[in-house]
Amino acid sequence: MSKLEEFRAETRAWLEENCPPAMREPVRSFEDLYMGGRNPEIAHPEQKVWCDRMAARGWTVPHWPREYGGGGLDKEECKVLQQEMARINARRPLDSFGISMLGPALLQFGNEEQKLEHLPPICRGEIRWCQGYSEPNAGSDLASLQTRAEDQGDHYIINGQKVWTSYADKADWIFCLVRTDNSGSKHEGISFVLFDMDSPGVSTRPIRLISGSSPFCETFFDNVKADKRNLVGEEGKGWTIAKYLLTHEREMISGFGAAPKKSLGEAALETLGADASGRLGNGILRHTIAQYQLDALAFAATMSRVGDEAKAGQGLGAASSIFKYYGTELNKRRNELNIAIGGEAALGWEGEAYNGGVTSRDWLRSKGNSIEGGTSEVQLNIIAKRVLGLPD
Amino acid sequence: MALVLTEEQVMLKESAAGLLAEKAGVAQLRALRDADDELGFSRDVWQEVVAMGWPGIAVAEAYGGLGYGYTGLGLVLEQAGRHLSPTPLQASVLVGATAINELGSEAQKQALLPALAAGEVLVSLALQEGAQHAPEQTALTAVADGDGYTLTGNKILVLDALAADHFVVIARTAGSAGDSEGLTAFLVPAEAKGLTVERRSMVDSRGVGALRFDGLRLDADAVMGEPGQAWAGLSRTLDIANIGLASELLGLATEAFELTVAYLKERKQFGKLIGSFQGLQHRAAELFAELELARSIVLQALQAIDADDPELPKLASAAKAKLCEVAQRATNEGIQMHGGIGMTDEYDIGLFIKRARVAQHCFGDYNYHLDRFARLSGF
Repeated sequence: MSKLEEFRAETRAWLEENCPPAMREPVRSFEDLYMGGRNPEIAHPEQKVWCDRMAARGWTVPHWPREYGGGGLDKEECKVLQQEMARINARRPLDSFGISMLGPALLQFGNEEQKLEHLPPICRGEIRWCQGYSEPNAGSDLASLQTRAEDQGDHYIINGQKVWTSYADKADWIFCLVRTDNSGSKHEGISFVLFDMDSPGVSTRPIRLISGSSPFCETFFDNVKADKRNLVGEEGKGWTIAKYLLTHEREMISGFGAAPKKSLGEAALETLGADASGRLGNGILRHTIAQYQLDALAFAATMSRVGDEAKAGQGLGAASSIFKYYGTELNKRRNELNIAIGGEAALGWEGEAYNGGVTSRDWLRSKGNSIEGGTSEVQLNIIAKRVLGLPD
Repeated sequence: MALVLTEEQVMLKESAAGLLAEKAGVAQLRALRDADDELGFSRDVWQEVVAMGWPGIAVAEAYGGLGYGYTGLGLVLEQAGRHLSPTPLQASVLVGATAINELGSEAQKQALLPALAAGEVLVSLALQEGAQHAPEQTALTAVADGDGYTLTGNKILVLDALAADHFVVIARTAGSAGDSEGLTAFLVPAEAKGLTVERRSMVDSRGVGALRFDGLRLDADAVMGEPGQAWAGLSRTLDIANIGLASELLGLATEAFELTVAYLKERKQFGKLIGSFQGLQHRAAELFAELELARSIVLQALQAIDADDPELPKLASAAKAKLCEVAQRATNEGIQMHGGIGMTDEYDIGLFIKRARVAQHCFGDYNYHLDRFARLSGF
């Protein structure tokens, strides 16, 4: 037996024994995800059991180094773990901005002390992070941010306001872009600092969205003290880290464009019925769905191609620049078609008759996909200037 | 299969780009057009293409080819699209040889495929009869006549008809127009008695013709495969032909786009380079995104041919529909963004839009293939 096969056998046995039955049920909605933190939201008691067991092996973040709380697995082993989890429908034990956003930034830009302090609690699901980026006057033009950090020797005093802070009301710590210098261009003088959301002077207010949910907050800083040892990278060079993280965020959001299991055309046929030739009766709707499915197929092929090119050592091609823009636009198209196909049923807001309004709420939420993490228009600017080299 | 080109494939692509740009580019197309050349391509240039071995790329080694697969041929066709290269690569190498391979008997394959792979013989498919691609509507009749058949009827849009040595003719031996059953493929020599080849002139200035069959008499050994059973082989031939044309359109659309972006960087109006205007930048960026999708779906479809993927029909229609859409948009935007100069014959962009629409139309356009894609997707 090869080493990898041994690893597979051990993993399979361990998962069989340790994955609680409830954690083998499919994730029905966002509420089923476990985000950890000091006061974790627990939809099912076994979520925490599952997370703790996986964290003890470093398998909440299997590809991070062991000294930082990860599993230290190589690519092949990660794949095996993923396959074995999929085999028993095991849920991901932990989802968090710490894993998807801050962790990669710290691994790239943080010093050893910061990595040792912050990464292990992320892996164990003990600290939940939020991201302080956008401000009321710095949305697409993020570099215009004005939240001030005054140098007080061994710490900063922070004043200002953030907006669209995801789950700020539930987060324990924040990674935050602040202005430490106003003298240069707007991209200079931005710093990347970490501080505790329990610090005196931090307050949050959830924002109710058109979809009825409140995943985002306004976040206020009134003379908040942040230790300088939690400055990541050099003072004034935070924009580099911000850009690095935005790329990560865009990749995450563009994944929303992936095609669902049952095709939209088949779903429409089930809901609306077929004509005598077995086709969807309304030719206009059929055309719109066919266009969507064709583009979804070609987009999926593009994601595969870019991945395969990177694996073959050809680097990350220019095609990756379209992911955020195209993926989110596709997702909006799919949601519009869900509304068109579902009709009255899709427009329901509450109650069992409408399955809690999941179709209409998803549709409304999808409108934000092409705004958050860089609007479609900003993405097109980036393609035009950086990829096509068009002039300013 | 990984959606990525191997080193060998990248080399093939580069050598194709080199030869076609130098010997069979837009300048040659203009020269042939302006000389009203009957064939629409140069036999001398064709010999250079033959010397590169490209006619045998997709032909199996058992029949004297390189057995390198359609993915390789697709890369050559993409370059032919970039340079608007006038050669029989589409008519004979892509469609003709595939028709022989998919429809022919063992004896017919042995007789023709080695010569096709060596570029010594040209074969063209005679299928379309009306203004639209509708293979099951074939009405040209082949009536059993003693130990042979008599063919009567007309064919149009026969690519490189004046240069072809043989035609694969799709005829009806049973049933009526609209039936996919009852179609038979015949191998017809160009010099057969009762066959008239008429030269036609289309917007892309490429070699094309119409065929008239006046009671043309064929022996039974001209039948390809089983009489009345041509549909399956014809469908697969058309799937491959459409993926090949999608490859050509990918090269064509990419080149038209790059010409246009280059123009945006040099043309000044209102005291600024027009490429600095956001109204044009966003349109260019959107088109770039569509071209990336187009590249992916073409590669996936080419690999599906070589892998004998059961999804081939759906992927063929997906690739052709997407490339019709993208090539149409790239050439339309190309003219609009060039402005008045894009309307002149002197600028090349007009040659791209003309070839694009003919390649889009051949073997089914956007409407045909998006409808077929929906049908094959189960709705």
